Parts: sequence; structure tokens; C-alpha cells
Amino acid sequence: MKTLKTSWKHIRRSPYQAVAAVFIMMLTFLAISVFSFIVFGSSVVIKYFESKPQVTAFFKDTAQQKDIDTLEEELNQTGKIAKMKFISKAQALQIYRQQNKDDPLLLDLVTQDILPASLEISTNNIEDLGTISDMLKNSPDVSQVIYQKDIVSTLTTWTNAIRIIGITLIAVLALVSIFIMMTVIGFKVSQKRDEIEIMRLLSATDWYIRWPFIMEGIIYGIIGTLIGWVFASASLVYATPYLQTFLRGIPLLPVSPVFLLELLLGELFIAIVLGMAASSLAVLRYLK
Amino acid sequence: MITLDSVTKSYPTGNTALSDVSFSIDRGEFVFLVGPSGSGKTTLFRLLIRDTLPTSGTIMIGEWDIAHLPKKHIPHLRKRIGVVFQDLKLLRDRTIFENVLFPLEVANMNDQEAKEHVEAILEQVGIVDHRFKFPVQLSGGELQRAAIARALAFSPDIILADEPTGNLDNATSWEIVRLLQDINEHDNATVIMATHNTDIVNSLPKRLLALEHGKLVRDEVREKKHKKD
Repeated sequence: MKTLKTSWKHIRRSPYQAVAAVFIMMLTFLAISVFSFIVFGSSVVIKYFESKPQVTAFFKDTAQQKDIDTLEEELNQTGKIAKMKFISKAQALQIYRQQNKDDPLLLDLVTQDILPASLEISTNNIEDLGTISDMLKNSPDVSQVIYQKDIVSTLTTWTNAIRIIGITLIAVLALVSIFIMMTVIGFKVSQKRDEIEIMRLLSATDWYIRWPFIMEGIIYGIIGTLIGWVFASASLVYATPYLQTFLRGIPLLPVSPVFLLELLLGELFIAIVLGMAASSLAVLRYLK
Repeated sequence: MITLDSVTKSYPTGNTALSDVSFSIDRGEFVFLVGPSGSGKTTLFRLLIRDTLPTSGTIMIGEWDIAHLPKKHIPHLRKRIGVVFQDLKLLRDRTIFENVLFPLEVANMNDQEAKEHVEAILEQVGIVDHRFKFPVQLSGGELQRAAIARALAFSPDIILADEPTGNLDNATSWEIVRLLQDINEHDNATVIMATHNTDIVNSLPKRLLALEHGKLVRDEVREKKHKKD
């Protein structure tokens, strides 16, 4: 408790250095929070697509209903189909209207004629999607086949790229945080050189002198994390309605408070380790 | 209580601060340590609190061999020895009360108990009315008393006072010496006082250790007491 009081006094007596240290920690943990959201979110999106083994075939306008029925029959005979749903032009228009009910301009522009009829197919196994997709592509009545595997692989490529950028950025920010905190705490140690010498002569142990400085680093870490986390979480909550429109149908938002809490605990752990590492390095360097 | 046996302290620059110094001081003795500037008085004090190590020789304080004292025991040694530093080493941004409280805080003493103890010490050294002042607001004599008060914080067995009358007028110097005598007599603390003040040294029938160029040139008990006017 005394150590904490001493650390707090150090912080109060040099508020600008404290702000600098907290600010850099906040940036680091803001970046960690944002990239955690992206990584977590994209994994849910990918899982969503993976859990829906679906091929969508769009028919040409010239396709006859009996040809479509024949194709459906052929597909059923493979025994690989879990579910198959035919969507007529009229139904497609209905779905389109539902999705864009808030945008009258889009509703006016589209009629039943320009929307193709389609067949949505789910297979029992994701591996069978390839075979079904090939069968559909070979049909003369099918104009286009959308295959979820392409979406998943595109998403995965993007996610991996974002993950690499995120990890690099976080690593750089964490290093900068350590250096800035080392400088701030090192500066404070040299500012208090006289006081430290007197403390030593008055029977203070090395750890009695070191602990308040180490604790100071931990406090910067904790405060920076809390601010960064609150900022990132508040932004996410604020953006949730917009993102929900964009990610329609994907069960990602709103993000569970348990996830946010787990993220905070994880970040606090990292913050304590970072703060402790930076201040210990400073103390060992300046307080030999 | 304190025994030095052939203690030599040389610095890497080639300077020899103390050369083959041997003496013994019993518990409760009051000793004047005299000698010109640079004769090794401060070095001797620094050796006694293990602020520096002897180049050769043995220093015993009680049962402790200072040169071989494990680092973790140094704080214990420094609790047994109260030091009044030549430059006082009071913290300028703390009040007199906080300065005296400081070593007790370092020792993690109970807050209430420590505050009561500090109050009693300030009463003993006669500056209790100045307890909430900062060092810059005090006179030279009062600052010396504050430094002595801090040295008394742990009720030490030994008090080392390095030139405590150095910058004081004659009357104030005598007040400080009387205070140290009082501590010596009532608390049975061993007091070693380094000084240049020949008037004081000659007036009191105390043991005298004289250093010159790092060598102990005199070790005698002065019997004759000159009355001070």
C-alpha cells in the first residue's frame, strides 16, 4: 500500500511524463483491441460461410421450368444434397425488396425481369460442393455459379493479411511503449538520485527503492489499457447498428460483453507484463 | 562496540584516505574525531556504515565484520548507526516532521507509532515547534537539530556526527554538543563527533582520536576540562 502511495506521488509530481506514458500505452492497447475485434469478427464471418456449404446457381432467362426440374432431379440423385431451394424471379424480387426496403431509389430501379431465378443448394459435406458446382456449371441453362469456397478463401486471404499487419503494428507499438516508459521512468530515477542516495544511507533496501518505480510502470500500463479498451469498445458499440446492416445475417453483432471482458482481462495481463518489463529495465539500468 | 584493526582505504586514483588505522571504542563512549580537511574523517564514517569498503584490515561493529557483511544485512547495520551527515542530507521538499519520519517509513514502521516516536524525538532535540516547516525555513542550528533528530529515529547504538558544528556560531555549536552529550548520557549511545572546533574539544574531558593524512596520530582521553565562559 505504501509502495502504491509512493508511486502515485511520483506520477502526480510529473503529470506530463505520466500523460506521455499513458498515451503510448493507450495507443498500443487501442490497436490491440481493434485488431482483436477484426480477427475475432473475421473468424466468425468465415465460420458462418463455412457452416453454410452452399452453391448458388443463377439461371439464364431462357431456362424453362421443366429443364430446371430435370436439373433438380439429377442433383437429388447424387445423394449429396442436404437442401435445395428454387427461387423464382418473383421471389428474388421479393427478397430484394425486403433487403432494400429503406432505399426507394433502389426499389424503383429494379423489376422482376432483370433478376434471375436461382437454385440455392447445401450439401451434406463441404467437400461435395466442388462436384455439385461442376455439375451446375456444365448445365446449359445456368449462367453463373457462386461457390462459397471462393468467398471463404478470399476472406481468409484478407484476414491473414490484416492479421500480419496487426501483429506487426502491435509489436512496433509495444516496443515503442517499452522505450518511452523506460525513458520516463529512467528520467524520474535520475531526478531522484539524491533522495535515493539518502534512502540507501537511511537503511532502505534495494527493493524498497525499486518497487515504487516498477509499480509506476504497471499503473501506466493499467490506465493506458483501460482508456484504450473503453475507447475501442465504445466505438464498436456505437458502430454496431451500421455494421449489423453490412453484415446482415451473420450472427456476429452485438458482440458479447463476456468477450469484451475477456479481452480486457487479457489486455490487463499484457499491460502489467509490459509495464513491469519497461520499468524493471529502467530501474536495473539506472539503479545499479 | 567498534573495533578497527589495521584499516587502510585507498582509491583507484592512488589516493590513500586511511592508512593502517586501529582503535577500539566501547559502548556509551563519547569520542571526538579531529583532523584537518582531507585527513580521512568522512571516509572513516563511510566505512563504518558500509558506504564504502576498506582496501585492507578489519572493521567490527558489535559482532558484525563490516567488510564481509552480506548486502542484505546492510539495512540492519544502518539502523544501528545514526548518522548526522556533514551536508545534512535533509530532503528539501519534505517538512522537518516528514524528514525525521522518513527512515521509519523506509523501515515500514506502523504509521501511528512512527508519528508518535517522531514527535517525541523532535521534543527531545528541541524543534517540535518547527515540525511543519521545510528545511529552507530553518536556521543552521535548527537544521543540525533536525539532522540529529533523524539520526535518532531508530534509537541507534551509535551516532556518527560529521562536523555538526561546522557552520554554526559558538553559542549554537555548544547547544549542539550539549544535545549530543545528552543523547550519549541518557540513551547510552556511542557518539563519534568529527570536528574542527578546538574550543569544544579542549573544553570537554572526552576521548580524542586525531587523524592526519589518513593516519591515526593521537588517541587519548582528555582529563582537563576548561570552563567555557
